[in-house]
Amino acid sequence: MADAHATHDHHEDHPTGWRRYVYSTNHKDIGTMYLIFAIIAGIIGGAMSVVFRMELGEPGDGILGGDYQMFNVLVTAHGLIMIFFMVMPAMIGGFGNWIVPLMIGAPDMAFPRMNNISFWLLVPAFLLLLASPFVGGPAGGNGVGGGWTMYAPLSSKTGSPGPAVDLAIFALHLAGASSILGAANFITTIFNMRAPGMTLHKMPLFVWSILVTAFLLLLSLPVLAGAITMLLTDRNFGTAFFDASRGGDPILFQHLFWFFGHPEVYILILPGFGIVSQIVSTFSRKPVFGYLGMAYAMVSIGAVGFIVWAHHMFTVGMSVDTKAYFTAATMVIAVPTGIKIFSWIATMWGGSLRFTTPMIWAIGFIFLFTVGGVTGVVLANAGVDHSMHDTYYVVAHFHYVLSLGAVFAIFAGFYYWFPKMSGRMISEGLGKLHFWVTFIGVNITFFPMHFVGLAGMPRRIPDYPDAYAGWNMVSTYGSYISSVGVLIFLFALVKAFSTGPKAADNPWGEGADTLEWTLPSPPDFHSYDELPEIKDEGAH
Amino acid sequence: MMTIAVRIFRFLALLGTLAVPGAAMAQLAKPWQTDFQDAATPLMEQIISFHNLLLVIITLISIFVLLLLVWVIIKFNERANPNPSRTTHNTTIEVLWTVIPVVILVVIAIPSFKLLYYSDVIPKADMTIKATGNQWYWSYEYPDHGKFSYDANMVATEDLKPGQPRLLETDNRIVVPVGTVVRVQVTASDVLHSWAMPAFGVKVDAVPGRLNETWFGPVAKEGVYYGQCSELCGSRHGFMPIAVEVVSKEKFDAWVIEAKKEFASDDTGAKTRMFAQNETK
Repeated sequence: MADAHATHDHHEDHPTGWRRYVYSTNHKDIGTMYLIFAIIAGIIGGAMSVVFRMELGEPGDGILGGDYQMFNVLVTAHGLIMIFFMVMPAMIGGFGNWIVPLMIGAPDMAFPRMNNISFWLLVPAFLLLLASPFVGGPAGGNGVGGGWTMYAPLSSKTGSPGPAVDLAIFALHLAGASSILGAANFITTIFNMRAPGMTLHKMPLFVWSILVTAFLLLLSLPVLAGAITMLLTDRNFGTAFFDASRGGDPILFQHLFWFFGHPEVYILILPGFGIVSQIVSTFSRKPVFGYLGMAYAMVSIGAVGFIVWAHHMFTVGMSVDTKAYFTAATMVIAVPTGIKIFSWIATMWGGSLRFTTPMIWAIGFIFLFTVGGVTGVVLANAGVDHSMHDTYYVVAHFHYVLSLGAVFAIFAGFYYWFPKMSGRMISEGLGKLHFWVTFIGVNITFFPMHFVGLAGMPRRIPDYPDAYAGWNMVSTYGSYISSVGVLIFLFALVKAFSTGPKAADNPWGEGADTLEWTLPSPPDFHSYDELPEIKDEGAH
Repeated sequence: MMTIAVRIFRFLALLGTLAVPGAAMAQLAKPWQTDFQDAATPLMEQIISFHNLLLVIITLISIFVLLLLVWVIIKFNERANPNPSRTTHNTTIEVLWTVIPVVILVVIAIPSFKLLYYSDVIPKADMTIKATGNQWYWSYEYPDHGKFSYDANMVATEDLKPGQPRLLETDNRIVVPVGTVVRVQVTASDVLHSWAMPAFGVKVDAVPGRLNETWFGPVAKEGVYYGQCSELCGSRHGFMPIAVEVVSKEKFDAWVIEAKKEFASDDTGAKTRMFAQNETK
């Protein structure tokens, strides 16, 4: 007791060395760990994609030597890693943890110890997933090859008798628990710990985006947990939820999965909306245009996101009226999304634009997300989707919104907040080079996928009819270019930490008017010694 | 922007096709193809024409957003406009960018629903085929023609005859008469598969325990049409193609007589082939 009291009295008396991180209850240290975790996971997941792009570079068996199960394992792991271990940890765990308390003037997250366990659950989750390729999967093969959607019965005992799928299920259980705890933490923090004067309608849009995302996580992840638990009991305890031969239904799995899965894709992109809003406003030296519309567009995207799930299932044999409903509901989402795109442009309109590294990533995001968004409108139409479902057109679409959308937003946010987080400036030249190389690389990779998709090339095939060879070769070269981009990014990081100049409290000038820029770079251990007060014109 | 690119691609596609040896009329993707495969059924014609409408709309929207971005970059950069305005609201424009997208969506929705109901309401069919997905081949039954059934396995690359496309040809094709409306019932015996035929505008999942239904036709042109399994079904997912041969009515009748003999009680044959397939993995 006496000890605890002493610690309480001396704020600076915090753990150092490895204890600082393993025992951490500090939102900034935990955010840093999340970001490092995301970078490592992103490199692993990205390397996997380069390997299967090499395999797909020309027709016939390539680098994988005809090991088609290995191909499926790589595709599956790439999807799971990028979603659960790269984008989510970077945006929500990384930037959310780091920036939300700073932006709302809170000393830390509401539940600092829960924050610690949120992060540390992610590590065993990732290890479980990485272990799965080394144990048995389908008959005669290893690993989980059922795609990130893990549709039964390919992921049931029928399709994958080995324990690999069980490891993946446990990995998702842990990652899901981690995210649910994180979501509860963010909701509590944002609702209860805002500085005096900061009403909900004065919160920066990034905080809004994390708030909406946290609700989506809280409401959708339990459904995934339920679905994969049912799969687990089907596999190991003789239940038959998804086993048609014993009265179950494989389509039930898909409904449960996508009831989670569709909100999940908004979970991946909403924080990006928040990041881009902050950056566009900062470097236009203008407040965000239509602040309330922007905030409630995110709320409505989140809400409608829960009632469109079966547009992922247009070919499973639903009734035509059901398909008509899901077509209509899905198209509705284009409206709030359009409001966001146009409001970003209106924010820049009349502004005084400075094209720093974060800003060009944000502008790149706006355009590429638009391209991914409009192909989403095409796919929403069940009548056309019959021809596009499970083709590369879908792969192109979701990589435009995620790989070119979410990932661009992550890099924008990284370059934007790096000086605040590290206390050092990162090279503008290298940052811009990184942008252009990545921009060219990902477009060369993913644009041709629209073509092969329309021409009928199915997803997730390790070899393809010869007619698709040309564009696949182009895509593969694009992925090589993108990986050069990653190397430039890593080099820029090393350079910033070794020789980067010290960052000022606010390196971006008067446009950066959110609270984190009033603090030193990096902020002190307990950010605020006294709570900031928000005046009328503040915040957004 | 689009059209120049499309023209270049068409030219390249032409070069590509010159290299392909002349074969009987076969419908499959061409090298460097950038668009849907040619329509072989009225449904696919409608899908293509609706998609053409969508393509125009989405291209215009993307170009519009791109132009706006280029405009603000040129017009409102730091040098051109050192003093930013403080405008954050404009009710007119906010109403406009809400209402105009709604109008565009309605313009899309009307033909979209028409197409959906046309494609999903199954018309009176002249005949029925049942397709069952298995790891990793399709089995077909002709319930209207004497209940014979057979398996269709992919022809391995080394066994291809000249003119047969790699990864698309099957040892036994589906045979249907020209100008016929065909109902297809689709199910699966093990895991999910999906029966897809791009030129017909058809794709429907094969689900254990369910009998899904779709339809195609009338196909106007005789020839061979190719598709592939379109739902991940395990390691050889990429190697269970679908080949439909559309023949004259007389040829079809002759084929039925032949097939009844060949596939009458082909249970053992089918099993042998299945095991052979598994061993090649």
